[in-house]
Amino acid sequence: MTVSYPTAGARRRLAALEPYLYSAPALLLITVTTLVPIVIGISYAFRNVMLLDPTSGGFVGLDNFRDLMRDGSFWGALKNTVTWTVSCVAFQFFFGLILALLLNRPFPGRSIIQPIVFLPWAIPTFLIGMNWSWLFNPAIGPLPHWAYALGLMSAPDNILSDPQHALLGPIIASIWWGTPFFAITMLAALQAIPSEIYEAAEIDGAGSLERFRSITLPFLAPTMVVTVMLRTIWIANSSELIVVMTKGGPADSSQIVASYVFTQAYQGLNFGYASAIATALVVLLLIYALLLMSIRQMMLSSR
Amino acid sequence: MRGSFQTRTIKWSMHYGVLLVYVAVALFPLYWLVKVSITPDDILYKQGTDLLPSKLSFEHYATVIGKSDFLLFFRNSIIVSGITAIASTILAMASGYAFSRFAFKGKFWIVGLMLVTQMFPLVIVITPIFSIFGTLGLTNSLTGLIIIYTAFNIPFATFLMQSFFDGIPKDLEEAAMIDGATRFKAFVQIIAPLTLPGIVATAGFCFTGAWGEILFALLLNSSASASTFPVGLLLYSTRATIEYGPMMAAGVLALIPVCIFFFLIQRYLVQGLTAGAVKG
Repeated sequence: MTVSYPTAGARRRLAALEPYLYSAPALLLITVTTLVPIVIGISYAFRNVMLLDPTSGGFVGLDNFRDLMRDGSFWGALKNTVTWTVSCVAFQFFFGLILALLLNRPFPGRSIIQPIVFLPWAIPTFLIGMNWSWLFNPAIGPLPHWAYALGLMSAPDNILSDPQHALLGPIIASIWWGTPFFAITMLAALQAIPSEIYEAAEIDGAGSLERFRSITLPFLAPTMVVTVMLRTIWIANSSELIVVMTKGGPADSSQIVASYVFTQAYQGLNFGYASAIATALVVLLLIYALLLMSIRQMMLSSR
Repeated sequence: MRGSFQTRTIKWSMHYGVLLVYVAVALFPLYWLVKVSITPDDILYKQGTDLLPSKLSFEHYATVIGKSDFLLFFRNSIIVSGITAIASTILAMASGYAFSRFAFKGKFWIVGLMLVTQMFPLVIVITPIFSIFGTLGLTNSLTGLIIIYTAFNIPFATFLMQSFFDGIPKDLEEAAMIDGATRFKAFVQIIAPLTLPGIVATAGFCFTGAWGEILFALLLNSSASASTFPVGLLLYSTRATIEYGPMMAAGVLALIPVCIFFFLIQRYLVQGLTAGAVKG
Protein backbone atom coordinates (compact mmCIF):
# COMPACT_ATOMS: atom_id res chain seq x y z
CA MET A 1 0.00 0.00 0.00
CA THR A 2 1.49 3.36 -0.96
CA VAL A 3 0.15 6.39 0.82
CA SER A 4 0.96 9.82 -0.61
CA TYR A 5 1.63 11.97 2.43
CA PRO A 6 -1.83 13.03 3.67
CA THR A 7 -2.38 16.19 5.67
CA ALA A 8 -1.98 16.01 9.42
CA GLY A 9 -5.76 16.17 9.99
CA ALA A 10 -6.56 13.41 7.51
CA ARG A 11 -3.84 11.32 9.05
CA ARG A 12 -5.29 11.72 12.52
CA ARG A 13 -8.77 10.78 11.32
CA LEU A 14 -7.38 7.73 9.57
CA ALA A 15 -5.48 6.74 12.71
CA ALA A 16 -8.70 6.91 14.76
CA LEU A 17 -10.40 4.62 12.28
CA GLU A 18 -7.51 2.18 12.07
CA PRO A 19 -8.51 -0.31 14.80
CA TYR A 20 -11.97 -0.59 13.26
CA LEU A 21 -10.54 -1.19 9.81
CA TYR A 22 -8.36 -3.99 11.17
CA SER A 23 -11.15 -5.75 13.02
CA ALA A 24 -13.98 -5.06 10.54
CA PRO A 25 -13.57 -8.09 8.23
CA ALA A 26 -13.55 -10.54 11.15
CA LEU A 27 -16.51 -8.81 12.81
CA LEU A 28 -18.50 -8.71 9.60
CA LEU A 29 -18.05 -12.41 9.01
CA ILE A 30 -18.96 -13.30 12.60
CA THR A 31 -22.04 -11.10 12.45
CA VAL A 32 -23.29 -12.59 9.19
CA THR A 33 -22.60 -16.24 9.94
CA THR A 34 -23.10 -16.43 13.69
CA LEU A 35 -24.98 -13.49 15.20
CA VAL A 36 -27.68 -13.13 12.56
CA PRO A 37 -28.29 -16.89 12.40
CA ILE A 38 -28.56 -17.03 16.20
CA VAL A 39 -31.35 -14.45 16.07
CA ILE A 40 -33.05 -16.23 13.15
CA GLY A 41 -32.62 -19.56 14.94
CA ILE A 42 -34.36 -18.28 18.05
CA SER A 43 -37.16 -16.88 15.86
CA TYR A 44 -37.58 -20.32 14.22
CA ALA A 45 -38.41 -21.68 17.64
CA PHE A 46 -41.67 -19.72 17.57
CA ARG A 47 -42.52 -20.66 14.00
CA ASN A 48 -43.62 -23.73 12.13
CA VAL A 49 -40.62 -24.28 9.85
CA MET A 50 -40.60 -27.51 7.84
CA LEU A 51 -37.74 -27.90 5.43
CA LEU A 52 -39.65 -29.53 2.56
CA ASP A 53 -42.87 -27.58 2.99
CA PRO A 54 -42.76 -24.12 1.37
CA THR A 55 -46.11 -23.14 2.90
CA SER A 56 -44.71 -23.49 6.41
CA GLY A 57 -43.06 -20.67 8.31
CA GLY A 58 -46.01 -19.04 10.07
CA PHE A 59 -45.77 -17.98 13.69
CA VAL A 60 -47.15 -20.54 16.11
CA GLY A 61 -46.33 -18.83 19.37
CA LEU A 62 -45.28 -21.27 22.05
CA ASP A 63 -46.58 -24.41 20.31
CA ASN A 64 -43.10 -25.86 19.77
CA PHE A 65 -42.31 -25.40 23.46
CA ARG A 66 -45.61 -26.98 24.46
CA ASP A 67 -44.68 -30.01 22.35
CA LEU A 68 -41.26 -29.99 23.98
CA MET A 69 -42.76 -30.21 27.47
CA ARG A 70 -44.63 -33.37 26.43
CA ASP A 71 -41.67 -34.91 24.57
CA GLY A 72 -40.31 -37.82 26.60
CA SER A 73 -37.18 -37.96 24.42
CA PHE A 74 -36.35 -34.36 25.35
CA TRP A 75 -36.57 -35.03 29.09
CA GLY A 76 -34.48 -38.16 28.62
CA ALA A 77 -31.95 -36.11 26.67
CA LEU A 78 -31.90 -33.51 29.44
CA LYS A 79 -31.13 -36.17 32.03
CA ASN A 80 -28.45 -37.61 29.75
CA THR A 81 -26.93 -34.15 29.27
CA VAL A 82 -26.33 -33.93 33.02
CA THR A 83 -24.88 -37.46 33.20
CA TRP A 84 -22.74 -36.86 30.12
CA THR A 85 -21.42 -33.45 31.20
CA VAL A 86 -20.75 -34.27 34.84
CA SER A 87 -19.00 -37.58 34.18
CA CYS A 88 -16.94 -36.25 31.26
CA VAL A 89 -15.81 -33.12 33.10
CA ALA A 90 -15.16 -34.91 36.41
CA PHE A 91 -13.01 -37.70 34.94
CA GLN A 92 -11.19 -35.47 32.47
CA PHE A 93 -10.38 -33.11 35.33
CA PHE A 94 -9.24 -35.86 37.68
CA PHE A 95 -7.03 -37.69 35.17
CA GLY A 96 -5.81 -34.39 33.72
CA LEU A 97 -4.72 -33.07 37.13
CA ILE A 98 -2.76 -36.24 37.92
CA LEU A 99 -1.10 -36.10 34.52
CA ALA A 100 -0.16 -32.43 34.94
CA LEU A 101 1.38 -33.11 38.36
CA LEU A 102 3.36 -36.03 36.94
CA LEU A 103 4.71 -33.91 34.10
CA ASN A 104 5.45 -30.80 36.14
CA ARG A 105 8.99 -31.57 37.30
CA PRO A 106 11.73 -32.38 34.80
CA PHE A 107 12.65 -36.07 34.55
CA PRO A 108 14.52 -38.12 31.97
CA GLY A 109 12.21 -38.96 29.04
CA ARG A 110 9.72 -36.16 29.66
CA SER A 111 10.21 -34.68 26.21
CA ILE A 112 9.18 -38.02 24.65
CA ILE A 113 6.36 -38.91 27.04
CA GLN A 114 4.68 -35.50 27.03
CA PRO A 115 3.79 -35.37 23.32
CA ILE A 116 2.53 -38.97 23.40
CA VAL A 117 0.15 -38.45 26.32
CA PHE A 118 -1.09 -35.18 24.82
CA LEU A 119 -1.68 -36.75 21.40
CA PRO A 120 -5.37 -37.76 21.87
CA TRP A 121 -6.26 -34.09 22.14
CA ALA A 122 -5.08 -33.51 18.55
CA ILE A 123 -7.11 -36.29 16.97
CA PRO A 124 -10.21 -35.05 15.08
CA THR A 125 -13.38 -35.77 17.07
CA PHE A 126 -15.12 -37.71 14.32
CA LEU A 127 -12.16 -40.05 14.05
CA ILE A 128 -12.10 -40.55 17.82
CA GLY A 129 -15.77 -41.45 17.63
CA MET A 130 -15.24 -43.94 14.83
CA ASN A 131 -12.10 -45.37 16.39
CA TRP A 132 -13.84 -46.02 19.69
CA SER A 133 -16.96 -47.45 18.08
CA TRP A 134 -14.67 -49.94 16.33
CA LEU A 135 -13.03 -50.77 19.66
CA PHE A 136 -16.47 -51.40 21.20
CA ASN A 137 -17.55 -53.53 18.25
CA PRO A 138 -17.08 -57.23 19.14
CA ALA A 139 -16.48 -58.16 15.49
CA ILE A 140 -13.40 -56.02 15.18
CA GLY A 141 -12.50 -54.60 18.59
CA PRO A 142 -11.10 -56.15 21.77
CA LEU A 143 -12.97 -54.21 24.46
CA PRO A 144 -16.15 -56.35 24.69
CA HIS A 145 -14.04 -59.52 24.85
CA TRP A 146 -11.87 -58.08 27.61
CA ALA A 147 -14.89 -56.86 29.57
CA TYR A 148 -16.43 -60.34 29.18
CA ALA A 149 -13.25 -62.06 30.34
CA LEU A 150 -13.11 -59.79 33.39
CA GLY A 151 -16.72 -60.62 34.20
CA LEU A 152 -17.92 -57.06 33.60
CA MET A 153 -20.28 -58.21 30.86
CA SER A 154 -22.39 -61.35 30.63
CA ALA A 155 -21.63 -61.67 26.91
CA PRO A 156 -19.19 -59.85 24.58
CA ASP A 157 -21.81 -57.49 23.17
CA ASN A 158 -21.53 -54.03 21.71
CA ILE A 159 -22.14 -51.55 24.51
CA LEU A 160 -23.24 -48.94 21.95
CA SER A 161 -26.34 -50.95 21.01
CA ASP A 162 -27.36 -51.53 24.62
CA PRO A 163 -30.06 -48.98 25.57
CA GLN A 164 -29.07 -49.25 29.23
CA HIS A 165 -25.39 -48.36 28.75
CA ALA A 166 -24.99 -46.83 25.28
CA LEU A 167 -24.06 -43.39 26.64
CA LEU A 168 -21.06 -44.93 28.41
CA GLY A 169 -19.33 -45.42 25.04
CA PRO A 170 -19.16 -41.74 24.06
CA ILE A 171 -18.33 -40.84 27.67
CA ILE A 172 -15.26 -43.10 27.66
CA ALA A 173 -14.19 -41.73 24.26
CA SER A 174 -14.63 -38.17 25.56
CA ILE A 175 -12.53 -38.84 28.67
CA TRP A 176 -9.77 -40.28 26.49
CA TRP A 177 -9.87 -37.22 24.29
CA GLY A 178 -10.34 -34.44 26.87
CA THR A 179 -7.91 -35.51 29.60
CA PRO A 180 -4.89 -33.97 27.79
CA PHE A 181 -6.71 -30.66 27.49
CA PHE A 182 -7.08 -30.37 31.27
CA ALA A 183 -3.51 -31.59 31.70
CA ILE A 184 -2.18 -28.94 29.30
CA THR A 185 -4.03 -26.06 30.98
CA MET A 186 -3.10 -27.16 34.47
CA LEU A 187 0.49 -27.87 33.52
CA ALA A 188 0.71 -24.34 32.16
CA ALA A 189 -0.66 -22.99 35.46
CA LEU A 190 1.70 -25.21 37.50
CA GLN A 191 4.73 -23.98 35.60
CA ALA A 192 3.75 -20.41 36.36
CA ILE A 193 4.19 -21.03 40.11
CA PRO A 194 7.52 -19.48 41.13
CA SER A 195 9.87 -22.28 42.22
CA GLU A 196 11.30 -20.11 45.04
CA ILE A 197 8.08 -20.68 46.97
CA TYR A 198 8.61 -24.44 46.88
CA GLU A 199 12.26 -24.05 47.83
CA ALA A 200 11.34 -21.86 50.79
CA ALA A 201 8.71 -24.38 51.91
CA GLU A 202 11.22 -27.20 51.60
CA ILE A 203 13.72 -25.32 53.77
CA ASP A 204 10.95 -24.84 56.33
CA GLY A 205 10.54 -28.61 56.33
CA ALA A 206 7.18 -28.95 54.59
CA GLY A 207 6.47 -32.44 53.24
CA SER A 208 5.33 -33.02 49.69
CA LEU A 209 1.69 -33.50 50.63
CA GLU A 210 1.78 -30.31 52.68
CA ARG A 211 3.44 -28.43 49.83
CA PHE A 212 0.68 -29.60 47.50
CA ARG A 213 -2.02 -28.46 49.90
CA SER A 214 -0.56 -25.12 50.88
CA ILE A 215 1.12 -24.02 47.64
CA THR A 216 0.01 -25.97 44.57
CA LEU A 217 -3.69 -26.11 45.30
CA PRO A 218 -4.23 -22.42 46.11
CA PHE A 219 -2.19 -21.43 43.04
CA LEU A 220 -4.08 -23.83 40.77
CA ALA A 221 -7.55 -23.07 42.12
CA PRO A 222 -8.36 -20.08 39.87
CA THR A 223 -7.30 -21.98 36.73
CA MET A 224 -9.24 -25.03 37.86
CA VAL A 225 -12.44 -23.07 38.42
CA VAL A 226 -12.29 -21.23 35.10
CA THR A 227 -11.33 -24.33 33.11
CA VAL A 228 -14.03 -26.48 34.67
CA MET A 229 -16.64 -23.78 34.13
CA LEU A 230 -15.81 -23.22 30.47
CA ARG A 231 -15.36 -26.91 29.74
CA THR A 232 -18.72 -27.72 31.28
CA ILE A 233 -20.49 -25.45 28.84
CA TRP A 234 -18.35 -26.68 25.98
CA ILE A 235 -18.89 -30.37 26.71
CA ALA A 236 -22.63 -29.91 27.24
CA ASN A 237 -22.73 -28.41 23.75
CA SER A 238 -20.53 -30.89 21.95
CA SER A 239 -22.48 -33.65 20.34
CA GLU A 240 -20.09 -34.95 17.66
CA LEU A 241 -18.98 -38.03 19.58
CA ILE A 242 -22.57 -39.04 20.27
CA VAL A 243 -23.72 -38.34 16.71
CA VAL A 244 -20.85 -40.37 15.29
CA MET A 245 -20.92 -43.26 17.78
CA THR A 246 -24.62 -43.88 18.51
CA LYS A 247 -26.61 -41.22 16.61
CA GLY A 248 -28.33 -40.79 19.97
CA GLY A 249 -29.69 -44.32 19.86
CA PRO A 250 -30.73 -46.97 20.37
CA ALA A 251 -34.17 -45.36 20.59
CA ASP A 252 -32.83 -42.00 21.83
CA SER A 253 -31.30 -43.69 24.90
CA SER A 254 -27.94 -41.93 24.48
CA GLN A 255 -29.32 -38.64 23.20
CA ILE A 256 -28.15 -35.41 24.86
CA VAL A 257 -29.96 -32.16 24.14
CA ALA A 258 -27.32 -30.94 21.67
CA SER A 259 -27.34 -34.18 19.68
CA TYR A 260 -31.15 -34.24 19.81
CA VAL A 261 -31.18 -30.85 18.08
CA PHE A 262 -28.92 -32.17 15.38
CA THR A 263 -30.83 -35.40 14.77
CA GLN A 264 -34.13 -33.49 14.69
CA ALA A 265 -32.73 -31.09 12.10
CA TYR A 266 -30.92 -33.76 10.11
CA GLN A 267 -33.50 -36.53 10.07
CA GLY A 268 -36.76 -34.86 11.05
CA LEU A 269 -36.30 -31.80 8.84
CA ASN A 270 -38.50 -30.09 11.41
CA PHE A 271 -36.46 -26.92 11.81
CA GLY A 272 -38.96 -25.10 14.01
CA TYR A 273 -38.93 -27.87 16.59
CA ALA A 274 -35.16 -28.34 16.37
CA SER A 275 -34.73 -24.62 17.04
CA ALA A 276 -37.06 -24.80 20.03
CA ILE A 277 -34.87 -27.53 21.54
CA ALA A 278 -31.75 -25.47 20.80
CA THR A 279 -33.32 -22.39 22.40
CA ALA A 280 -34.15 -24.43 25.49
CA LEU A 281 -30.49 -25.51 25.62
CA VAL A 282 -29.36 -21.87 25.41
CA VAL A 283 -31.68 -20.89 28.25
CA LEU A 284 -30.46 -23.78 30.41
CA LEU A 285 -26.81 -22.87 29.82
CA LEU A 286 -27.55 -19.22 30.62
CA ILE A 287 -29.12 -20.29 33.91
CA TYR A 288 -26.04 -22.39 34.63
CA ALA A 289 -23.73 -19.46 33.90
CA LEU A 290 -25.77 -17.06 36.04
CA LEU A 291 -25.85 -19.59 38.88
CA LEU A 292 -22.07 -19.98 38.72
CA MET A 293 -21.52 -16.24 38.71
CA SER A 294 -23.79 -15.67 41.70
CA ILE A 295 -22.06 -18.46 43.62
CA ARG A 296 -18.72 -16.84 42.82
CA GLN A 297 -20.09 -13.50 43.99
CA MET A 298 -21.29 -15.06 47.24
CA MET A 299 -17.92 -16.68 47.84
CA LEU A 300 -16.09 -13.43 47.15
CA SER A 301 -18.28 -11.38 49.47
CA SER A 302 -18.12 -13.92 52.29
CA ARG A 303 -14.34 -13.64 52.42
CA MET B 1 16.05 -33.69 47.95
CA ARG B 2 14.82 -35.36 51.09
CA GLY B 3 14.27 -39.02 51.74
CA SER B 4 16.54 -42.02 51.46
CA PHE B 5 17.69 -43.59 48.23
CA GLN B 6 15.12 -46.34 48.65
CA THR B 7 12.08 -44.12 49.06
CA ARG B 8 13.26 -42.07 46.11
CA THR B 9 13.51 -45.18 43.96
CA ILE B 10 9.98 -46.24 44.93
CA LYS B 11 8.69 -42.75 44.23
CA TRP B 12 10.23 -42.60 40.79
CA SER B 13 9.18 -46.08 39.77
CA MET B 14 5.61 -45.19 40.74
CA HIS B 15 5.97 -41.99 38.77
CA TYR B 16 7.08 -43.83 35.64
CA GLY B 17 4.58 -46.64 36.26
CA VAL B 18 1.58 -44.30 36.27
CA LEU B 19 2.92 -42.42 33.26
CA LEU B 20 3.33 -45.71 31.44
CA VAL B 21 -0.38 -46.41 31.97
CA TYR B 22 -1.19 -43.00 30.47
CA VAL B 23 1.07 -43.69 27.49
CA ALA B 24 -0.52 -47.10 26.92
CA VAL B 25 -4.08 -45.76 27.14
CA ALA B 26 -3.25 -42.82 24.85
CA LEU B 27 -1.68 -45.02 22.20
CA PHE B 28 -3.86 -48.12 22.33
CA PRO B 29 -6.84 -46.93 20.21
CA LEU B 30 -4.48 -45.54 17.60
CA TYR B 31 -2.45 -48.73 17.64
CA TRP B 32 -5.63 -50.69 17.03
CA LEU B 33 -6.56 -48.47 14.10
CA VAL B 34 -3.18 -49.06 12.50
CA LYS B 35 -3.25 -52.77 13.34
CA VAL B 36 -6.56 -53.46 11.63
CA SER B 37 -5.56 -51.32 8.66
CA ILE B 38 -2.58 -53.58 7.95
CA THR B 39 -4.26 -56.93 8.71
CA PRO B 40 -5.18 -58.79 5.52
CA ASP B 41 -8.89 -59.52 5.03
CA ASP B 42 -8.71 -63.31 5.31
CA ILE B 43 -7.51 -63.23 8.93
CA LEU B 44 -9.20 -59.96 9.98
CA TYR B 45 -12.16 -61.59 11.74
CA LYS B 46 -10.50 -64.86 12.70
CA GLN B 47 -7.82 -63.00 14.64
CA GLY B 48 -10.03 -60.03 15.31
CA THR B 49 -9.01 -59.50 18.91
CA ASP B 50 -5.38 -60.65 18.78
CA LEU B 51 -2.91 -57.97 19.73
CA LEU B 52 -0.68 -58.77 16.77
CA PRO B 53 -1.78 -60.04 13.36
CA SER B 54 0.09 -63.11 12.10
CA LYS B 55 0.80 -61.46 8.76
CA LEU B 56 0.75 -57.96 7.39
CA SER B 57 -0.43 -56.45 4.15
CA PHE B 58 -1.04 -53.03 2.71
CA GLU B 59 -3.93 -54.18 0.54
CA HIS B 60 -6.41 -51.94 2.36
CA TYR B 61 -4.34 -48.88 1.57
CA ALA B 62 -4.27 -49.90 -2.08
CA THR B 63 -8.07 -50.27 -2.00
CA VAL B 64 -8.52 -46.84 -0.42
CA ILE B 65 -6.21 -45.06 -2.80
CA GLY B 66 -7.03 -46.99 -5.95
CA LYS B 67 -10.65 -48.07 -5.76
CA SER B 68 -12.65 -45.68 -3.59
CA ASP B 69 -13.91 -42.11 -3.40
CA PHE B 70 -11.56 -41.35 -0.55
CA LEU B 71 -9.09 -39.52 -2.75
CA LEU B 72 -11.88 -37.15 -3.75
CA PHE B 73 -12.89 -36.68 -0.10
CA PHE B 74 -9.27 -36.05 0.80
CA ARG B 75 -8.92 -33.46 -1.94
CA ASN B 76 -12.13 -31.73 -0.77
CA SER B 77 -10.94 -31.76 2.84
CA ILE B 78 -7.53 -30.37 1.94
CA ILE B 79 -9.09 -27.55 -0.11
CA VAL B 80 -11.60 -26.68 2.62
CA SER B 81 -9.15 -26.90 5.54
CA GLY B 82 -6.31 -25.19 3.66
CA ILE B 83 -8.33 -22.18 2.54
CA THR B 84 -10.04 -21.98 5.95
CA ALA B 85 -6.64 -21.92 7.66
CA ILE B 86 -5.28 -19.18 5.41
CA ALA B 87 -8.43 -17.02 5.48
CA SER B 88 -9.03 -17.25 9.22
CA THR B 89 -5.37 -16.61 10.05
CA ILE B 90 -5.26 -13.46 7.90
CA LEU B 91 -8.51 -12.12 9.38
CA ALA B 92 -7.41 -13.05 12.89
CA MET B 93 -4.05 -11.35 12.41
CA ALA B 94 -5.81 -8.11 11.53
CA SER B 95 -8.30 -8.23 14.40
CA GLY B 96 -5.77 -9.64 16.87
CA TYR B 97 -3.42 -6.78 16.00
CA ALA B 98 -6.22 -4.26 16.60
CA PHE B 99 -6.98 -5.82 20.01
CA SER B 100 -3.32 -5.88 20.96
CA ARG B 101 -2.25 -2.38 19.91
CA PHE B 102 -5.25 -0.09 20.20
CA ALA B 103 -7.58 1.05 22.92
CA PHE B 104 -10.75 2.01 21.08
CA LYS B 105 -14.40 2.71 21.67
CA GLY B 106 -16.48 -0.47 21.66
CA LYS B 107 -13.47 -2.76 22.13
CA PHE B 108 -15.02 -4.23 25.27
CA TRP B 109 -18.20 -5.11 23.40
CA ILE B 110 -16.39 -6.54 20.41
CA VAL B 111 -14.23 -8.79 22.61
CA GLY B 112 -17.32 -9.76 24.60
CA LEU B 113 -19.18 -10.61 21.41
CA MET B 114 -16.38 -12.89 20.28
CA LEU B 115 -16.34 -14.64 23.65
CA VAL B 116 -20.10 -15.12 23.60
CA THR B 117 -20.03 -16.74 20.16
CA GLN B 118 -17.42 -19.13 21.56
CA MET B 119 -19.76 -20.18 24.36
CA PHE B 120 -22.99 -20.38 22.38
CA PRO B 121 -24.26 -23.81 21.40
CA LEU B 122 -23.59 -23.86 17.70
CA VAL B 123 -26.48 -26.25 17.09
CA ILE B 124 -28.77 -23.23 17.20
CA VAL B 125 -27.30 -21.81 14.00
CA ILE B 126 -27.45 -25.13 12.18
CA THR B 127 -30.99 -24.70 10.83
CA PRO B 128 -30.79 -20.98 9.89
CA ILE B 129 -27.43 -21.53 8.17
CA PHE B 130 -28.91 -24.39 6.20
CA SER B 131 -31.81 -22.20 5.05
CA ILE B 132 -29.64 -19.15 4.27
CA PHE B 133 -26.97 -21.17 2.47
CA GLY B 134 -29.66 -23.04 0.55
CA THR B 135 -31.07 -19.85 -0.97
CA LEU B 136 -27.56 -18.58 -1.72
CA GLY B 137 -26.57 -21.82 -3.44
CA LEU B 138 -23.90 -22.52 -0.83
CA THR B 139 -25.06 -26.02 0.09
CA ASN B 140 -23.23 -28.90 -1.56
CA SER B 141 -20.38 -26.51 -2.16
CA LEU B 142 -16.93 -26.29 -0.65
CA THR B 143 -17.23 -22.49 -0.53
CA GLY B 144 -20.10 -22.71 1.95
CA LEU B 145 -18.06 -24.86 4.32
CA ILE B 146 -15.04 -22.57 4.00
CA ILE B 147 -17.15 -19.52 4.94
CA ILE B 148 -18.70 -21.19 7.95
CA TYR B 149 -15.46 -22.75 9.25
CA THR B 150 -13.59 -19.47 8.85
CA ALA B 151 -16.24 -17.65 10.86
CA PHE B 152 -16.22 -20.27 13.63
CA ASN B 153 -12.42 -20.23 13.85
CA ILE B 154 -12.00 -16.48 14.02
CA PRO B 155 -12.72 -15.80 17.72
CA PHE B 156 -10.19 -18.31 19.03
CA ALA B 157 -7.66 -17.48 16.30
CA THR B 158 -7.99 -13.78 17.14
CA PHE B 159 -7.27 -14.31 20.85
CA LEU B 160 -4.33 -16.52 19.95
CA MET B 161 -2.84 -13.96 17.55
CA GLN B 162 -3.45 -11.17 20.05
CA SER B 163 -1.39 -13.00 22.67
CA PHE B 164 1.47 -13.37 20.17
CA PHE B 165 1.35 -9.66 19.26
CA ASP B 166 1.26 -8.76 22.96
CA GLY B 167 4.63 -10.47 23.27
CA ILE B 168 6.25 -8.07 20.79
CA PRO B 169 7.36 -4.63 22.02
CA LYS B 170 5.39 -1.69 20.67
CA ASP B 171 8.64 0.29 20.22
CA LEU B 172 9.40 -1.69 17.09
CA GLU B 173 6.65 -0.34 14.90
CA GLU B 174 6.71 3.04 16.64
CA ALA B 175 10.33 3.43 15.58
CA ALA B 176 9.42 2.49 12.00
CA MET B 177 6.54 4.97 12.04
CA ILE B 178 8.83 7.77 13.21
CA ASP B 179 10.97 6.90 10.21
CA GLY B 180 7.94 7.60 8.01
CA ALA B 181 6.35 4.18 7.46
CA THR B 182 2.58 3.85 7.82
CA ARG B 183 1.37 1.62 10.62
CA PHE B 184 0.08 -0.90 8.10
CA LYS B 185 3.49 -1.08 6.45
CA ALA B 186 5.19 -1.49 9.82
CA PHE B 187 2.72 -4.24 10.69
CA VAL B 188 3.26 -6.19 7.48
CA GLN B 189 7.02 -5.72 7.19
CA ILE B 190 8.19 -5.76 10.81
CA ILE B 191 5.63 -7.23 13.17
CA ALA B 192 4.18 -10.04 11.03
CA PRO B 193 7.55 -11.69 10.28
CA LEU B 194 8.38 -11.63 14.00
CA THR B 195 5.17 -13.50 14.86
CA LEU B 196 5.74 -16.16 12.22
CA PRO B 197 5.67 -19.05 14.76
CA GLY B 198 2.39 -17.70 16.10
CA ILE B 199 1.00 -17.42 12.59
CA VAL B 200 1.94 -21.02 11.85
CA ALA B 201 0.40 -22.24 15.12
CA THR B 202 -2.83 -20.33 14.48
CA ALA B 203 -3.09 -21.63 10.92
CA GLY B 204 -2.46 -25.14 12.22
CA PHE B 205 -5.25 -24.88 14.78
CA CYS B 206 -7.69 -23.65 12.16
CA PHE B 207 -6.63 -26.37 9.74
CA THR B 208 -7.11 -29.10 12.34
CA GLY B 209 -10.47 -27.71 13.38
CA ALA B 210 -11.77 -27.66 9.82
CA TRP B 211 -10.21 -31.05 9.06
CA GLY B 212 -12.28 -32.80 11.70
CA GLU B 213 -15.60 -30.91 11.66
CA ILE B 214 -18.52 -33.17 10.87
CA LEU B 215 -21.93 -31.73 11.84
CA PHE B 216 -22.09 -28.85 9.37
CA ALA B 217 -20.34 -30.90 6.72
CA LEU B 218 -22.94 -33.63 7.14
CA LEU B 219 -25.93 -31.31 6.99
CA LEU B 220 -24.78 -28.88 4.29
CA ASN B 221 -22.96 -31.14 1.86
CA SER B 222 -24.82 -34.34 1.18
CA SER B 223 -23.58 -34.96 -2.36
CA ALA B 224 -20.50 -37.16 -2.70
CA SER B 225 -18.69 -34.67 -4.93
CA ALA B 226 -18.70 -32.03 -2.19
CA SER B 227 -18.23 -34.37 0.80
CA THR B 228 -15.29 -33.79 3.05
CA PHE B 229 -13.33 -36.64 4.51
CA PRO B 230 -15.28 -37.10 7.80
CA VAL B 231 -18.59 -37.27 5.95
CA GLY B 232 -17.20 -39.73 3.44
CA LEU B 233 -15.90 -41.98 6.19
CA LEU B 234 -19.09 -41.81 8.26
CA LEU B 235 -21.38 -42.55 5.32
CA TYR B 236 -19.04 -45.36 4.27
CA SER B 237 -19.36 -46.85 7.76
CA THR B 238 -23.17 -46.96 7.64
CA ARG B 239 -23.34 -48.97 4.42
CA ALA B 240 -24.88 -52.43 4.50
CA THR B 241 -21.61 -54.27 3.94
CA ILE B 242 -18.93 -52.63 5.99
CA GLU B 243 -15.33 -53.19 5.00
CA TYR B 244 -13.44 -52.37 8.16
CA GLY B 245 -9.97 -52.76 6.65
CA PRO B 246 -10.19 -50.01 4.04
CA MET B 247 -12.13 -47.78 6.44
CA MET B 248 -9.40 -47.94 9.05
CA ALA B 249 -6.73 -47.46 6.43
CA ALA B 250 -8.57 -44.30 5.40
CA GLY B 251 -8.71 -43.29 9.08
CA VAL B 252 -4.94 -43.70 9.42
CA LEU B 253 -4.40 -41.56 6.33
CA ALA B 254 -6.65 -38.86 7.83
CA LEU B 255 -4.53 -38.86 10.98
CA ILE B 256 -1.25 -38.13 9.26
CA PRO B 257 -1.56 -34.35 8.65
CA VAL B 258 -2.94 -33.80 12.15
CA CYS B 259 -0.16 -35.76 13.85
CA ILE B 260 2.57 -33.99 11.90
CA PHE B 261 1.19 -30.61 12.90
CA PHE B 262 0.76 -31.69 16.52
CA PHE B 263 4.32 -32.87 17.00
CA LEU B 264 5.58 -29.64 15.47
CA ILE B 265 3.70 -27.37 17.86
CA GLN B 266 3.18 -29.43 21.02
CA ARG B 267 6.22 -28.08 22.91
CA TYR B 268 5.13 -24.60 22.09
CA LEU B 269 1.60 -25.28 23.34
CA VAL B 270 2.43 -25.37 27.04
CA GLN B 271 4.92 -22.51 26.65
CA GLY B 272 2.30 -20.30 25.02
CA LEU B 273 -0.24 -21.09 27.71
CA THR B 274 2.38 -20.50 30.41
CA ALA B 275 3.05 -17.04 29.02
CA GLY B 276 -0.69 -16.39 29.04
CA ALA B 277 -1.01 -17.63 32.60
CA VAL B 278 1.88 -15.47 33.83
CA LYS B 279 0.23 -12.41 32.34
CA GLY B 280 -2.91 -13.24 34.25
